[in-house]
Amino acid sequence: MTALKVDRLGKAYRMYATPKARFLELITGNPRHTPYWALRDLSFELAPGETLGIVGRNGAGKSTLFSLITRLFIYATGAIDIYGYNLLTQSRRALAQLGVVFQQPTLDLDLTLRQNLRYHCALQGIDYSLHRAEIDDALQRIGLAEQMGDQVRQLSGGQRRRVELVRALLHKPRLLLADEATVGLDIHSRQAILDQVRDRCHNEGVGVLWATHLVDEVQPTDKLVVLHGGRVMAIGSAAQVMEDTGSETVHQAFSRLTRSVAR
Amino acid sequence: MNPRQYARCLGGIVAREGLRFLRQRERFFGALVRPLVWLFIFAAGFRSVLGVSIIPPYQTYILYEEYIVPGLAAMILLFSGMQSSLSMVYDREMGSMRMLMVSPFPRWYLLLCKLVAGALVSIAQVYLFLLIAWFWEVEPPWIGYLLAFPALLLSSLMLGALGLLLSSAIKQLENFAGVMNFVIFPMFFASSALYPLWRIRDSSVPLYEICRFNPFTHAVELIRFSLYGEVSWEALAVVLVALGLFLAGAIIGYDPARGLMARRRGV
Repeated sequence: MTALKVDRLGKAYRMYATPKARFLELITGNPRHTPYWALRDLSFELAPGETLGIVGRNGAGKSTLFSLITRLFIYATGAIDIYGYNLLTQSRRALAQLGVVFQQPTLDLDLTLRQNLRYHCALQGIDYSLHRAEIDDALQRIGLAEQMGDQVRQLSGGQRRRVELVRALLHKPRLLLADEATVGLDIHSRQAILDQVRDRCHNEGVGVLWATHLVDEVQPTDKLVVLHGGRVMAIGSAAQVMEDTGSETVHQAFSRLTRSVAR
Repeated sequence: MNPRQYARCLGGIVAREGLRFLRQRERFFGALVRPLVWLFIFAAGFRSVLGVSIIPPYQTYILYEEYIVPGLAAMILLFSGMQSSLSMVYDREMGSMRMLMVSPFPRWYLLLCKLVAGALVSIAQVYLFLLIAWFWEVEPPWIGYLLAFPALLLSSLMLGALGLLLSSAIKQLENFAGVMNFVIFPMFFASSALYPLWRIRDSSVPLYEICRFNPFTHAVELIRFSLYGEVSWEALAVVLVALGLFLAGAIIGYDPARGLMARRRGV
């Protein structure tokens, strides 16, 4: 069974030439917009325990893809299946498989670290007290066990990101989505997060969808999708993409694929 | 998901809302100061100007302070309900709303939990206000405090659902203030919170009809009657119908497939 199957996915936004056009469409009901395809004909599969890097520049469609997989928006065309559950028709079962780290920080700054994790447990329907030892252990590993009672706003950006990752894996999801999870972090914090993800996911067979514009985060053994202007420029193992483009690094392959292509 | 998990989800959302409220002390004091200023200053100043005749549920002449206490209690619910919606817009902008929306519980249930959490926080403020008002010699019968709870809960849910509906239509936090000016103040002033409706009818019949159409008027009357151990069936019916409509609108508004969020964001 695939952890994630994305089939001919498409998402378009309405673009209006002028505010008047939007108003006229609203009043008359006649379409006056042109569709802007943020994603078009995107297809890929991800197996359990596999890491798939989605790389693309800003605006390539990575965050749109995440919003579609997490059902924040609805896609215009295609289908998404998570462990065999269709996201539209079996959304609750599909969402129950997910752990998510969004690009925007989502911890509540006014609450303590413990209260944030407790809240997350409640949203997943799990008993915090039963997972307490596990949480303590996870926080111990990232060096934040002492800060359990601190307000989140007292933590550094890197610490918050690592907490978000612990939180995303707390309810034992079978698929982890991480959207630009290392943006704005120093190199040590980045590496710590990458190691944390690879360790957990490799050991527990969790599929990982890792979206980033920092292409050095993708390893040659990972699967790779290069997005540009909402379209797929390359797909396959990172090593295969490098070979196909005659590149020595993922970074070089990415540059070659996206440099001269207009949207 | 079993019933225990549903209860856990509700408990978590209520706890978070309560903790956020307690942590934001200025919000706590702000919520109390507003009605107290009206009670201590406005009511004292207008006591002699705005006489109130004997109208149900009152059995005798009452001081103006006593008349406006139910209206001020409803005012707390109104502002708090809107504040709760404001936090939805804020949460959406800041990203924490996403955590709620990717939960495997049905979205309508999550919104309902959010609504109940906001209502309970609001009701706690109302009871604190009623306690202070009691020292100010506004003393409804003891049973009234008990009977007021379901009235406060229904009214708070109705106003919170209206807030949710509005928040689903608001794109950015900046737009919220404008919408609030068009909702909170007209709702509050075009109601029986500060003056009995017969006084408005004496001044303007169309305005009187607007006030009667205003669901906030009925929330005020529901609370007023319940505080004195009675039920206003008309107010109860209007509040229930308004709650149903606003809640349905909010659930549709937050549905990614059908709602306002969907229409804003996609083709």
